[in-house]
Amino acid sequence: MMIRGYYLRAVMLSAAATAIVGGRAAAQVAVVGKTVHTMAGPAIENGVVVVRDGKIAAVGREGAVQVPAGFRTIRAEVVTPGLFDAHSTVGFSGIFNHPHDQDQLERSAPLQPELRAIDAYNAQEKLVEWVRNFGVTTMHTGHAPGELISGQTTVVKTWGKTIEDAVLVETATVAATLSPLAQKTDKGKSPGTRGKMMAMLRGELVKAQDYLRKLETAEADKKPDRNLSLETLGRVLKREIPLMVTANRAQDIASALRLAREFDLRLILDSAAESYLLLDDLKAANVPVIVHATMVRAFGEMENMSFETASKLKGAGIPVALQSGYESYVPKTRVVLFEAAWAAANGLTFDQALATITIEPARIFGLDKRVGSLEVGKDADLALFDGDPFEYTTHCTGVIINGEVVSEKPQ
Amino acid sequence: MRSVCFFVCLWLSSSVLAQDRPIAFLGARIIPIDGAPIENGAMVVQNGTIAAVGAAAAVTVPANAQRIDATGKVIMPGLVDTHNHIGGIGGADSSAPIQPDIRIYDSLNVRDSGYKRALAGGLTTLNIMPGSGHLLSGQTVYIKLRKADTVEDMFIRDAAGTPMGGMKMANGTNSMSEKPFPETRAKSASLVREQYVKAREYKDKIARAAGDVTKLPARDLSMEGLVECLEGKRIVHHHTHRHDDIITVLRLSDEFGFRVVLHHVSEGWKVAEEIAKAKAPCSVIVVDSPGGKLEASELSFETGAVLEKAGVEVAFHTDDWITDCRVFFRSAALAVRAGMSREGALNALTLAGAKMLDLADRTGSLTVGKDADFIILSGDPLSVYTQVLETWVEGQKRFDRADPADRLYAVGGYGAGNEQTPYLCCYDRQEAQ
Repeated sequence: MMIRGYYLRAVMLSAAATAIVGGRAAAQVAVVGKTVHTMAGPAIENGVVVVRDGKIAAVGREGAVQVPAGFRTIRAEVVTPGLFDAHSTVGFSGIFNHPHDQDQLERSAPLQPELRAIDAYNAQEKLVEWVRNFGVTTMHTGHAPGELISGQTTVVKTWGKTIEDAVLVETATVAATLSPLAQKTDKGKSPGTRGKMMAMLRGELVKAQDYLRKLETAEADKKPDRNLSLETLGRVLKREIPLMVTANRAQDIASALRLAREFDLRLILDSAAESYLLLDDLKAANVPVIVHATMVRAFGEMENMSFETASKLKGAGIPVALQSGYESYVPKTRVVLFEAAWAAANGLTFDQALATITIEPARIFGLDKRVGSLEVGKDADLALFDGDPFEYTTHCTGVIINGEVVSEKPQ
Repeated sequence: MRSVCFFVCLWLSSSVLAQDRPIAFLGARIIPIDGAPIENGAMVVQNGTIAAVGAAAAVTVPANAQRIDATGKVIMPGLVDTHNHIGGIGGADSSAPIQPDIRIYDSLNVRDSGYKRALAGGLTTLNIMPGSGHLLSGQTVYIKLRKADTVEDMFIRDAAGTPMGGMKMANGTNSMSEKPFPETRAKSASLVREQYVKAREYKDKIARAAGDVTKLPARDLSMEGLVECLEGKRIVHHHTHRHDDIITVLRLSDEFGFRVVLHHVSEGWKVAEEIAKAKAPCSVIVVDSPGGKLEASELSFETGAVLEKAGVEVAFHTDDWITDCRVFFRSAALAVRAGMSREGALNALTLAGAKMLDLADRTGSLTVGKDADFIILSGDPLSVYTQVLETWVEGQKRFDRADPADRLYAVGGYGAGNEQTPYLCCYDRQEAQ
């Protein structure tokens, strides 16, 4: 009651009208942009987005859209939906890179699908603020590539003090890695080879099938004990949760497709450096691809990466989103805006590149009714720029999440 | 003397043979760096050097020149990268924290695809450095990206025919680890001072011997390397991030008189006045976010702008593989985003870097008489959409985006990368896991 009283007073005292959304003050604002990229139709010149109570109340041309009295007006050269980073570890992999802020990878066992992302996300991590200041309002983040099944991932807004404030999808995927990253070099440790990685994954999924069958068919007093790991994989088998497989070499990508066929999984392919070699297979499998950071380093299993991969996938009609990825060292994170910019300079059109960090990831994660475009009724998540968002020298001049202006310092 | 003539004459003759017919580039916007940009410019290249540059109306194009229409394009100097690790570097190993006898050029593979990617990024001159983790990890080498069968073909030689290079040093947490490496900052400085004191004595002994072989000290390759630093023949390229570590470098440079370029300088923005006062040039790294290690947690896009305003000479570097040579322009452009001048940022990719390698007399600007190291761009150097179309080194076209074999290295694809990551020895490799 105290808190509500405080906010009510704040509303009454404020010159501009405000409303309470999720316990926070959402401004009532009209964002006026010389160019508004709604991602739900052609860009609007001299457009207005009216934000009321945390949601988008109206979108259209200036003059054609009524801006209610008392609403604060914010102007920008270019307005886009808040950016959606399709795969990150921000909030798990902290800025200092010391054990106390590194929660992205549990190395104690190769198969731990039960590790929930919501139990480790740090909403107040400095890197969350860093990427938010460049317009990132939604992130798919969580356990990093590096173990055969490293855990779960989640989708959050870069907003709020706790995971409860931030979360959009509690368990977005179960994250698997088909890469030398997940292989052990110590004698006697598994998996040590590609063949063993697949054997272990198949073995675990078969166990989960068995667990599900017993749950369904056994007499009440003979049900198996609850097993959090198999329970999670059971949800994957029931297609409630996609399996996200990080794979870069063509043979590893092919293995991921094979696994998805055998167990009828909802597959999301992650990183996928050599995916341009398998366009027909990916198209036939109808698998969305979250391509590695466009500027990822061309070393190791990424040696054959191409700046044009997103463009080639898009050209083949495969759903593509872009990511900032995971960085183990300097820089501690990338900014997905910059990665999309480099893709726009390497084959994608402006609209295609912007889609890879807005509406495309929203679709992949089933969130396109809430975020990813500027449409009436959707969350009021906006990014404002003083020029072409992809140009190096343009600044992000404002960020709005759930109707709240969270950043106005040009970055 | 004979060896001097051998190298210099060989170098001259190969250049002359390579190109005696002049080439004129006409109609481009020319950014010479040492002067204002020239709209509708002309540049004439002959015998590996720049023969003329200026407004098209003011430049006399030799009658026999090959004329190339560069209308709508931008020509500027080839980029100079003051800090780079490509070519399969293998410098100092984990046996000791100070190894001045290491020469990085003994490890380089000139066929490494990294050099092709560097050309695709518009780089023509590189300072190849040993990796991280040591107080002193060895001698660096300055190279031009000429066509090369062996590393010798890439060397930049001084008047005496000696390959030019600097000395790589580091402080802060980078060079601290278990024995025999130091565990603290004071111990780090102490170990460095000890070696420079020794080198000073070694130098004095040689001077006192006055050519008498019976009085000369036993030849010591490590001491020789350090003496070259003391004499200013070899510039110290010093990795340093935190503000107090930067000041420590300046203190040691002052004590021993070695010439220094400060590298990375993530917290340089905190001590810009002190750096300016010491007249220490800075080679700045720009990465996408702060962090990844404690000493880079306060890294800022504004470092270039703050140092520029304080009057410090600023260059950028790729630190490839930390950032990719093909996006080197981005470092300068992000600095402009954070307040640096456009002129300063372009200078920082070219002439400033050349100065930091003692190469400003031959590269880094489009100046008559300098080496014809230049790039042809599709547009504004600071735009993300601009492509490097061609890269020329000493009058030879070394990269052409229109050639599919070259284009592979510009955009990546099968065979364009490296199977192995660079050898980082002692510190970064652990953190990078």
